[in-house]
This record gives sequence, structure tokens and C-alpha cells, in this order.
Amino acid sequence: MKLFSIRGGVHPKGRKELAADVAIAPVGLPPLLRVPLLQHIGTPAEPVVRKGDLVKKGQLLAIGQGMVSAPVHAPTSGRVMAIGRYVAPHPSGLPGRTVTLKPDGQDEWADLPPPLDPETATPEEIAERVADRGIVGMGGATFPSAIKLNLGGRYDLHLLVVNGAECEPYLTCDDRLMRERADQVIDGILSMRKALGVGRAIVAVETNKPRAMEALRKAGAGLDGLRVVGVPTRYPMGSERHLVQTLTGLETPARGLTADIGVVVHNVATAFAVHEAVRLGRPLISRVVTLSGGGIARPGNYEARIGTPIEALIAAAGGLEDRTARLILGGPMMGQPLADPKAPLVKGTNGVLALRPAESGESAAQQPCIRCATCVSVCPCGLMPLEMAARIRKEQLDAAVEHGLMDCVGCGSCAYACPSRIPLVQLFNYAKGRLTAVQRARHKQEEIKRLARARAERMDAIARAKREQMDRRKAERAARKKAEQTAPEAAAEKRDQETVDA
Amino acid sequence: MREAKQPAGGPFAHGGGRVDRTMGLVLLALLPATGYGLYLFGWPAINLLVVTVLAAALAEAACLRIAGRRVWPTLGDGSAVLTGWLLAMTLPPWAPWWIGAFGAVFALVFAKHVYGGLGQNLFNPAMVGRVALLISFPLEMTRWLAPRPLMTEGAPGFLEGLEITFLGGAPADAVSGASVLGHVKTELSRGHTVSDALAGAPDRIQMALGQMPGSLGETSAALLLAGGLLLLVTRVIRWPIPAAMLGTLAAAGAAPHLIDPARYPDAMVHLLSGATLLGAFFIATDYVTSPATLRGQLIFGAGCGLLVFVIRTWTGYPEGVAFAVLLMNAATPLIDRWVRPRVFGRTARGRPLDHAATLIEERAGG
Repeated sequence: MKLFSIRGGVHPKGRKELAADVAIAPVGLPPLLRVPLLQHIGTPAEPVVRKGDLVKKGQLLAIGQGMVSAPVHAPTSGRVMAIGRYVAPHPSGLPGRTVTLKPDGQDEWADLPPPLDPETATPEEIAERVADRGIVGMGGATFPSAIKLNLGGRYDLHLLVVNGAECEPYLTCDDRLMRERADQVIDGILSMRKALGVGRAIVAVETNKPRAMEALRKAGAGLDGLRVVGVPTRYPMGSERHLVQTLTGLETPARGLTADIGVVVHNVATAFAVHEAVRLGRPLISRVVTLSGGGIARPGNYEARIGTPIEALIAAAGGLEDRTARLILGGPMMGQPLADPKAPLVKGTNGVLALRPAESGESAAQQPCIRCATCVSVCPCGLMPLEMAARIRKEQLDAAVEHGLMDCVGCGSCAYACPSRIPLVQLFNYAKGRLTAVQRARHKQEEIKRLARARAERMDAIARAKREQMDRRKAERAARKKAEQTAPEAAAEKRDQETVDA
Repeated sequence: MREAKQPAGGPFAHGGGRVDRTMGLVLLALLPATGYGLYLFGWPAINLLVVTVLAAALAEAACLRIAGRRVWPTLGDGSAVLTGWLLAMTLPPWAPWWIGAFGAVFALVFAKHVYGGLGQNLFNPAMVGRVALLISFPLEMTRWLAPRPLMTEGAPGFLEGLEITFLGGAPADAVSGASVLGHVKTELSRGHTVSDALAGAPDRIQMALGQMPGSLGETSAALLLAGGLLLLVTRVIRWPIPAAMLGTLAAAGAAPHLIDPARYPDAMVHLLSGATLLGAFFIATDYVTSPATLRGQLIFGAGCGLLVFVIRTWTGYPEGVAFAVLLMNAATPLIDRWVRPRVFGRTARGRPLDHAATLIEERAGG
């Protein structure tokens, strides 16, 4: 298949050898599971159980709210111990609403919805099942998958891209999933294809995973319209827009969706979850996660329940070898530092890394920008990071936006390549956050102004109405008085006339 | 170290590039041409280089001190040493010590630190230093001499070298010879033709190798080219600036030569003489003062090449690399403002791509 080139990108050390050959191993039940209600982009789910309730495995714990949301299910059977706030897997370490579940050890399934056959099920049924089973994008973005499966009605779609690029260093969970569960992944893809109503599907895998490709090709042999394509090993190949460009040569318009060019992208792990939901009726209550890095004693790929504390995962991987190691959720390029290892595993967690200072390159000091423009040449989005950073440092956020800040996907290629170690990604995130805050404040202000104006108008109208009424009465009274004084007969006559007219 | 800890944010991986490594590679690439220049002009040249580099480093240290910033490790980034080194390479090799010292201090203080130090300056510090010297001390800055290689007869010894550099004791007979460009300019002004002028000058091979009067490190075109190629191979610099500068200068030089060979020297004279190659590979490519995009760099390089030709041909100065680079430095912010890469998903004018149109086109086409 003809591939198209993308601009920029970097070649970080893969470090996949640490965990790539370790088969997926299950992690036992921890004493307590902490299931956050916000594990997706959008509105948090609202609990439908109460403290003290006994729940079965797969039972609904919280229901999605509004347009963009996803429900949350019980990862095992047990008792709801609390519905409160608990440290979230977020760099801030701030608490978020969480259901705490004490497993009863039975691991007993609740009644699950009947299996669907993607051959006979309607697209709507499949999308509904995916929504109902709480499936979100498992590559890390955690966007509710059903919304992306419903795009067929509104867009002229022609291609489903299944993202198995896994371009982040260290991470191998998708690689293992493709190798070990290729049949299920392919089956999930067929369901997704049906839901989208497209004929063609491409599974894109970076060429550094030949065995995953081989397994998928074997599993997908003989299927029409399904291709497994090796794409160059180059970060950020797994970025949805750049992957689509590599495969189709088409650029997703700025501020738009890949659906604008007829393509929808889903992750391979999502495809597996869709398979489980469609064929078995199972909700998304566990996932495969890579534990790796120089600080992890036994790097590998672990299948664990959602809600398992990260520290329990680390313990399952032999514990930390190096106390100074930096804990990261996700890959080293776009992952977030983990504030507290007590935080739970969530649907979007694809990696837990413990990186020694030498691996993460954190030891070197920041130096001034020498305008070497390496960041410009590696930016896959055609931006000039150095110019954006210079403006953000001076708090000229509008100028940074004018330089394309909002077109930045935050891949971190610039900061990776920067010889002066300027924390470009942080500067951009800071500016994006500031702009959001400013926008929110402005919106609030406008809303207050609008309400105040409306109130003033209302009061004005009331006062005006009162005044007018009073004036009218006064005038009437005056007129009557005058008429009675000057021509009482005429007035009486006129009154009679009016009565006749009426 | 207080600054050692990065903010807790990604990426948690780094490509390993370093500022001091970049500066070190540039110095390494300068070594062959410098070494040859030192050999060619002997002890006084060695003294001058040492004085200039030391003065640059001291000026940087003093400025950092005054600004309340830490002297080390900032001094260790190598940028001040590089500025001093580059400046020394453009000086007449037997110039007195204060020429090098004044130029280096002027470059570091007025062209670098008043702007805020590394990365903040608008103009190339070494070239500002050189131009300040050229305007202030035209006599000392144009006193060329024929090569007197180390260990050969007539070359000054170590003590003699100290005398020449520090006491102004250049023997009268030593101060002779003119640079090729200066010679051509003088002869033309006397009404001679270019070919007459070049008859007495070094031939092309000598020019390429550098066996001719000239600045300390500018004479050997071949060794400068080798250094430039090293920078290209190690990706310290990218091709647009040298390619555009040399290409434009060659084209601009060749065209009038075809029309009137008596008045205009040919393109090879332009390429092999003066500071052309040092400028194209080491000076115009300075990150801080050149544009950040490939297209911007092409414009910048072409501008440098054209200006070098114009200054050499129609002004009172025989050589124009320093002026050309400084003029284009001034244009750099403007170039960076107007020449930007096309943003992903947007048209060159910055509007989001309209896919309805492209898809229809595609269907119509296919």
C-alpha cells in the first residue's frame, strides 16, 4: 500500500524490549477497588448504587450524563463501601468522585445483555451496546467510543482506521493484545465497521511490531476490505491526524475531525473491548497495561481491573527498584506524572512507567533558547514552537494563538529535541489552560452582564408600565373633570353615543 | 542546582541534544582552517587568537557577573569562546593584541549582553565586533601580509611573535601583500582590468588551499569547506543558508563577468576569496540571528550572497561579508514573521482546509 509522509517527528529510543516479550499476566484482586466516576472526556457519571449495596461483577455503578459521557460498571462482585472523593490518577493528585468497592472474592457476574451478532445486528444496536458497556477510547484519549461509532449518519465515511501504531516508547500493551488476542481484535473491528457503515478498515501497526502484524494478518485472512498495514516507526505516528495522513495522504482540517475527510480512528484495545461488549455483553471493567521503565523490577504487561491501585500494580510487577524513579501514567512522551501511587487504574491508563532520572533526561538544567529551530523542523503540525514559547513567556497569549497554539497536539516532539531543555509542552499547556480560564471568565462575565441587563430592562418596563398607567389615569381624570365642567350635556351625550357604538 | 529540576510535565524523554555540544562541534569544524591559518602566519597569529578568545570569555564572565547571573555553567556553553574564535579568524593575523581584545569585548558587551545574553541578540556578535574594528581602526584592519609559515625561514619566533602582537613591533618588511579582493579593488580604481589585477595574485589552486595574504582563518577555502561539510553531516547546520548564499553570490558574480570580464572578476574569485566560505558556513548560519524556517533561511542566505556581491562590487569596501550578514540579521525578525511553515490542516494563509472542495475534486479526478 502506498503510504504518505508526514512532516517532522522524532525517533525516541523505543525501549520496548523491556516488556514486549512478556505475555499478558492477570493481576489479582486488591482488597479495595477505587472506581472513579470520571474516566472519560466529558461529564462525570452519576452513581446509581448506594453505600452498603451489594453489586455483582459488571453491574452498573454509575450512569453517563448528557451528550458526552460514559457509564461505569463494577469490576468485580462485592460491597459498595463508599461513594466519595478519592485521589484521582491526575498530575494534580486532587481527589475526584469515586466509588469504593470491597470485593467479596466470588467475582460473580451480573446478568449481562444478550450477545449480539455483528452480522445481523443493526449499526444502532452496536453503537448503543458500546455506549451502554462504558467503552471509551483506550489509547489514552478516553473519548466515549459510541459517539465516534455514530458518526456514520452525519458524515460521509469511507474508512475505519484501527490505531495499533503504539508510537510511545516503552508501551507494549497494544502489541501484546494484537499478538495474543488477534482474533478478538479483528472481530471487534468488524463490529465497529458495521456500526460505522464503512466497507474498508485498515489496522495500522508500526513496523517495529512484526509479530503483531503477522498475528493480525493471520486472524484477518480472507476478510474483504480489511488490511493490516505497517507504518514507519516514528513518533508521533499514533497521533490520529498524522496516522490518517500517512495512510490516505489527506490532512484533517484544523479544528475539525478526521470524519471531515471520511475517516474514523479507533484504538486496537478499544476494538478488543468492543468485541467483549458485542459478543459477550461484557462492560469495560479491566484492561491491559504496560508496567515498564528502569525502576520497575519485572517489566511486563498486566491485565487488571479498573480501580486497582497503581501501587498494587507496581507490587505485582515486583515493586520499585529505584526510589528516585519518576512515576508516569502513559508513555514518556505524552504521559502525565503520577502524584500518588494510591490512585487507581482507569480505562485510559495504557502504561505505568517508573523512569530513572537518566532515562527521563530530567537531570539537565534549562538553558536559554538559541533559536536553533530544531523544534520547528520536528514539529509534525508545522508550528514554530520557539516563537510560541517566547510569546507565552511574555504572557502574550493572543500572539501565541496567532502562531498556532491551538493547532498544537501536545506531542512533545519539540521539547524532546530541544538542546536547551526548554519545557515547551508545559508552556503550551499553561497557555492553553490560561486561555480556557480567560474564556470561561469572559463567558461568565457576559452572562452576568446579560442577566443584569435583562433585569434592568424588566425593572424599567415595570416602572414604565406603572408610570404610563398613572399618566393615563391622571389624564382620564383630568379629561373627565374638564368635560363635566365645560359641557356636562355633551359629555353625557358622548357617553350615550359610545354605548350605542358598542 | 535550583534549575536542575524540570517542571513535572512531559515529555519524560530527551533526544540528548545540548547547546555546549553544538558549540563544541562548530569549534571542531573550525579547527582545520584555524590550524592552517596559525601555521601560515605563525606565532603572532597564535597570540592574537588566544588574546581574542580570552577577552571574549572574560567579557562574558564580567557581563554575567554584573547581571547577577551565575558565571558557570553559562560560560561553559561555549558561545563566548566561539564568538571570540570567529572574530579572531576574520582579523589580520599580525594585528596587535588590543585589536582582538577591543573587538571581542565590543562584540560580547554591545552585541550580546546588552540584548540579554545568549539567544537574545539581533546581530551576529562576531560580525558586530569586526565591523566596529573596521570602522574604528581601518589601518590596522587592512594590514595584510604574505604567509610566513611556522618553522620556515623569515617566520618570527616565539619571542618575536610576542613582540609583534603585544608591542606593535611588526618588522617593516613583513607588512606587505594585499588580500585578493583588496588588490582587485585597488587595481580597478587605477584603471587596470581584472585580468591584469589577477595576474599578480595567487592562482585558483593557491586560493583554494589558502596560500595567500588574508585574514587569520579565512584563507583556506578547502579547509573551511571541509569544516562546513562536517557541520552539515552532523546536522549542526542545515543546507539552505550556505547553499543559497554561495549560489546567489556565484550567480550574481558570474552574470556581469560574462558581460564585462575586464571590470568584473569571475564567480570563483568571489567564492574562494575573503570571508565567503567562513561566512556561508559559520557566520550566516548562526542560529540566533538567522531565520527559523527553511524557506526563511533560503531568503536569508540569498540576501547575504547578493549583498556580498553588491558591497564588493559597488562600494568603497573590498569585502562585504560582515556588512551583508549584519544587514540580513536586521531582516531576520521580519522574515520569521512573514515566512512560516504551513500549519497542519490549514492553507498557507492559515485558514482551515476545506475538505468538501478537495473531496469533490478528487472524485471528479478519479
